[in-house]
Amino acid sequence: MKPLSQAVASVPPSGIRRFFDVAAQLEDCISLGVGEPDFVTPWHIREAAIWAIEKGFTTYTSNYGLFTLRQRIASHLKARYGVDYSPESEIIVTVGVSEGLDIAMRALLNPGDEVIFFEPSYVSYAPCVLFAGGKPVPVPTDYRQGFQPDVHRLREAITPRTKAVLLCYPNNPTGAVASRAALEEVVRIAVEHDLYLITDEIYDRLVYDTQHTCVASLPGAAERTILLGGFSKSYAMTGWRIGYACAPAQIIEMMMKVHQYTMLCAPIAAQKAAEEALERGEPEVERMRREYDRRRRLIVERLNEIGLECVPPQGAFYVFPSIRCTGLRSEEFTEQLLWEERVAVVPGNVFGNSGEGHVRLSYATSLPKIEEALHRIERFVNKRRK
Amino acid sequence: MDSEKQKAILEILEQDARTTPEQIAAMLGVDAEQVKQAIQQMESSGVIRRYKTVIDWDRFGEERVFAFIDVKVSPAREVGFDDVAERIYRFPQVHAVYLVSGDHDLRVIVSGRTMKEVAAFVAERLAPLDRVQATYTQFVLKRYKEDGEVYAETETDRRLVMAP
Repeated sequence: MKPLSQAVASVPPSGIRRFFDVAAQLEDCISLGVGEPDFVTPWHIREAAIWAIEKGFTTYTSNYGLFTLRQRIASHLKARYGVDYSPESEIIVTVGVSEGLDIAMRALLNPGDEVIFFEPSYVSYAPCVLFAGGKPVPVPTDYRQGFQPDVHRLREAITPRTKAVLLCYPNNPTGAVASRAALEEVVRIAVEHDLYLITDEIYDRLVYDTQHTCVASLPGAAERTILLGGFSKSYAMTGWRIGYACAPAQIIEMMMKVHQYTMLCAPIAAQKAAEEALERGEPEVERMRREYDRRRRLIVERLNEIGLECVPPQGAFYVFPSIRCTGLRSEEFTEQLLWEERVAVVPGNVFGNSGEGHVRLSYATSLPKIEEALHRIERFVNKRRK
Repeated sequence: MDSEKQKAILEILEQDARTTPEQIAAMLGVDAEQVKQAIQQMESSGVIRRYKTVIDWDRFGEERVFAFIDVKVSPAREVGFDDVAERIYRFPQVHAVYLVSGDHDLRVIVSGRTMKEVAAFVAERLAPLDRVQATYTQFVLKRYKEDGEVYAETETDRRLVMAP
């Protein structure tokens, strides 16, 4: 038979699959390896979707998404970040940020175009660039600098083929929130070299002791920025698969073409749920954020006591401590911890080479479970401390 | 300690009274000694009344019957309903007493081991009280949610054990 797609074949399989299969079989395993909220979607949102289905909201919507939802997204972004997007032509409702990312890449890239992103990074970025025919260019960031975007290395990575810079703050897996100054510098570099900016702001509502900076709100950014946002993390709506992309009309028009021929529209029940979330979800967002914040402080303090050093993350629901004191590599640590103590964490190297020597722990898990997991991790680390 | 932090301590204890001052201190980014002091102060001022345990007696195998009893009372000069309310709430089998708007005046929640026991309490103790004009008893058939606690099978964690 003829060979299958080279572009797809070139992407390695997911680095967590191996651990996933083991962890799923262990009965008393506590998982800190999950990248989604432990909360169930707030009831008022679920109830609104049930009502919508009862009323017969079961059809396609406009390819762009329900106009009423786009209006709410526009006013929400305006009120929070002062950015202006027209609900008529500059917003498209997507099937999660995942789809937004895919259609953004396909709308931007020609074969061989390079996309720079900071590492450790979410696992989908490099594959999405590759699938769209581009070349992923990871730029490492440093634990000692709190995983802040390194603008010096960014400049060095730029070539004549560089097309775009992909940002993700608050960051998965590090929990880092980029400083406003660093982001302003990234925007200046983008303007200087005429680069597009794609900014994945799915964790925008989960920040602690700081403010989220919306990249599109920075001077000079809006005209070259694709802002990707969604409902999964802020409103605990991962399974609804609902997000949005905002950009200048000519870019949205291009993304729209891919979206309309491949996805048609986001599911209408999820769109109705998203409307309810924006309309009345604020107290729940804050309730969950406060709960995460408490767990975050506890987990950071305990990890540092145990000897797994970590800079307090300021966003998302991850900590990304160094495991240097054990002398183990990320995958060794993860595998041994899983078998010996039945705690699942994600090895840092799956987020890129600069994640080696770290593991990702999610605190989207109830406090008693987090405490028991930390107790087990402490026992594990004490046996190995160098 | 500011009132925002004190409120946070109360919220944490309201969810789990066994959370230690050290854990609370870590969660809120404050000193454990300060947390201890704040808790002591709120205990002595009566903000924290006491610590108790939420028990599912049904699951333990102990039968308990609850009834809502709406009571019509003729108010008296100077005391209104307060004296009657007090006469009622002093009985240990009385779980709660509220002054309510609507057709009746007091809503009383009474518990007992059997329906007979509760019925006897109403007939012998509540109804004969001076100024109690009428009672209207509703027995609880099933408890779904009480004090924020849902008494049903908990929603299981359906998430995959590992996800990027």
